[in-house]
Amino acid sequence: MYKYDNYDQTIVDERVAQFRDQTERFLAGTLSEEEYRPLRLMNGLYIQRYAPMLRVAIPYGLLSSEQLRMLAHISRKYDKGYAHFSTRQNIQYNWPALETAPDILADLASVEMHAIQTSGNNIRNTTSDQFAGIAEDELEDPRPYCEIIRQWSTFHPEFSFLPRKFKIAISGATHDRAAVKVHDIGLYLVENDVGEIGFNVFVGGGLGRTPFIGTSIRPFLEKQHILSYLEAILRVYNRFGRRDNIYKARIKILFNALGKEDFSRQVEEEWSHIRDSALKLDQKEIDRVKGFFAAPDYDKNAADNSSFETARESNNAFSNWAKRNLYPHKVPGYKAVVISLKAPDAAPGDATDEQMDHIAALADQYSFAEIVVTHDQNLILQNVKQSDLFSLWEKLTEKNLATPNIGLLTDMICCPGLDFCALASAGSIPIAKQINEKFNDMDYLHDIGDIKIKMSGCVNACGHHHVGHIGILGVDKKGEEHYQLTLGGSAESDACLGDRLGPSIPKEEVANIIAKLLDVYVELRQEEERFLDTYHRVGITPFKESVYPKAPVKEKVYASN
Amino acid sequence: MRVIKDKAVVNDDWCLLRELDNDASIPEGNVILPFAYWQANRDELLKGDTKHAVWIDGAIETEALLDDLEHFSMIALDFPAVKDGRSYSHARLLRDRYGYEGELRAIGDVLHDQLFFLKRCGIDSYELRADKDPEDALRAFDDFTVRYQAAADGAVPIYKLR
Repeated sequence: MYKYDNYDQTIVDERVAQFRDQTERFLAGTLSEEEYRPLRLMNGLYIQRYAPMLRVAIPYGLLSSEQLRMLAHISRKYDKGYAHFSTRQNIQYNWPALETAPDILADLASVEMHAIQTSGNNIRNTTSDQFAGIAEDELEDPRPYCEIIRQWSTFHPEFSFLPRKFKIAISGATHDRAAVKVHDIGLYLVENDVGEIGFNVFVGGGLGRTPFIGTSIRPFLEKQHILSYLEAILRVYNRFGRRDNIYKARIKILFNALGKEDFSRQVEEEWSHIRDSALKLDQKEIDRVKGFFAAPDYDKNAADNSSFETARESNNAFSNWAKRNLYPHKVPGYKAVVISLKAPDAAPGDATDEQMDHIAALADQYSFAEIVVTHDQNLILQNVKQSDLFSLWEKLTEKNLATPNIGLLTDMICCPGLDFCALASAGSIPIAKQINEKFNDMDYLHDIGDIKIKMSGCVNACGHHHVGHIGILGVDKKGEEHYQLTLGGSAESDACLGDRLGPSIPKEEVANIIAKLLDVYVELRQEEERFLDTYHRVGITPFKESVYPKAPVKEKVYASN
Repeated sequence: MRVIKDKAVVNDDWCLLRELDNDASIPEGNVILPFAYWQANRDELLKGDTKHAVWIDGAIETEALLDDLEHFSMIALDFPAVKDGRSYSHARLLRDRYGYEGELRAIGDVLHDQLFFLKRCGIDSYELRADKDPEDALRAFDDFTVRYQAAADGAVPIYKLR
């Protein structure tokens, strides 16, 4: 993984000093609450419903075991002994005292970490494929470009006060596991007719109140131009993006107001002036950063050991786990292991300090001391020899980290919701709990198979409900928590937005109604169809009829939801 | 007017005219004119051989100034609120693309913690908001000794130094 040199370390150290000074000025009263707000937000520090929340950046989701240990230490020392992994591959602390934030940053800086631009109207953490570097369907590892973009975007002097937040994602694989098309800028590494690899550039995707799937504005961009092209897009956005209304300030609104043709023309015009400036990347620099992501020293004989197959045959629990929680690896004899943070009795995406320490130790022992945070709020050990899988599974089981539910109904994406978030209209975590209680039969879950439930506690859509196979949106209906369901969304290569099922439903009915939807699926599915496939084949009507048996109510009555 | 220039607080006699009717006469002394006033009175103003100062905000396109850059000794860039970052792009374009070499002054909601960014975009004088202590803000220029990316301050991308 990328290692800081003196320059990188100096920047995070100086950032700690700067933020300490800002916080001291705030506490001393020379900075008002209003003046301090954008400064703390630029550093991921929110004031939430009950306490501050600090979001720490995990660039493209990649952690060393040393870093994960520090994250555990921070949760113990400054918080309540747990933390929450987010859909953007970051980690959030829910209970730190504001006064301690500079000390937390200093601890983070000691392991090459920071909270720079994890909030605020600037360029956020560039996210990527959780299987980057090891996936069989990968054209090229996207992480070197994520790192190059991280450096370019860090304290960018022109783009630190954008109209709104700005998110970039990159995938280098055939199958999109990074939700690329629902980002402000989405980049796919692609090959052109003459075998060169470059970027297909998508713009204007995003969820929130007005969801859009991104549009390609340049099917092939040479790698050396990636920063100049990003700068051109950002400059057009910074100049012309709306600033009069926070809900219309994302680039997707500008893009759709101008239309693809006009928007692209403006970007290309801007780019024509800067494409050969200092922004143009040297191949030498690309190669240098790539060097940090070189393959580890794999065991050439890893495939020879057959104990994995034997264990699968003899141990049913291990076999179930292996079926759901392993992912193919490009190197024979290796697997990627998904550590489920979706145990039935835990808040989705949460990990305790003890679990984090445990995982760090397992990474040291089994996976070259690296851990990846996934977009669906789990953790991955990317490089595990198949001969180690059984003992790894046993050790994960000890700390409630081996729930065999990856990709299943209970592997939900879930925002913090009303339990923590000041913006939330309704709870998310209690719904996750309700679903876990209702669907506690593992055989049933395995029979239902791949399905993605994504849940947000408000229209801001941090839980990506628009792109869930089943999306759940919390709404406040006259002071009561209600939930709006959508069906058929996807954030992957076939990205699309879900369709609204009908009027919102009361809190206590959510799991029951999901059960009805699953019954429809089980009845109508053909062969190997997933829930999503069946839905797209048969349409919304049978699902709607199972949930709302009476005459359909006019949609607009519920538009205020 | 107390402004920050070359990492020091100095007094200068520029007077910012936030508003001036297009048919009004210009007050005595060094004044920073609204750009709309400049446009309305351009022919008249060009008769003298002195240079002028104007102020613009993010609602004006940088390109609207291009024919006149040689007549300006100062362009003041307005930040109506901290979060309104449009004038950073004005500064980059005026410096990097359109070759403007006169003074660029940040005015409006200009506070301590923007100075580092403003300087990097090519702005070289700063009128801090009146209720703030400009002396205390001077250390903001030294917040960071390392800059990752090229900008209008002559920095090269950090990787070229590695």
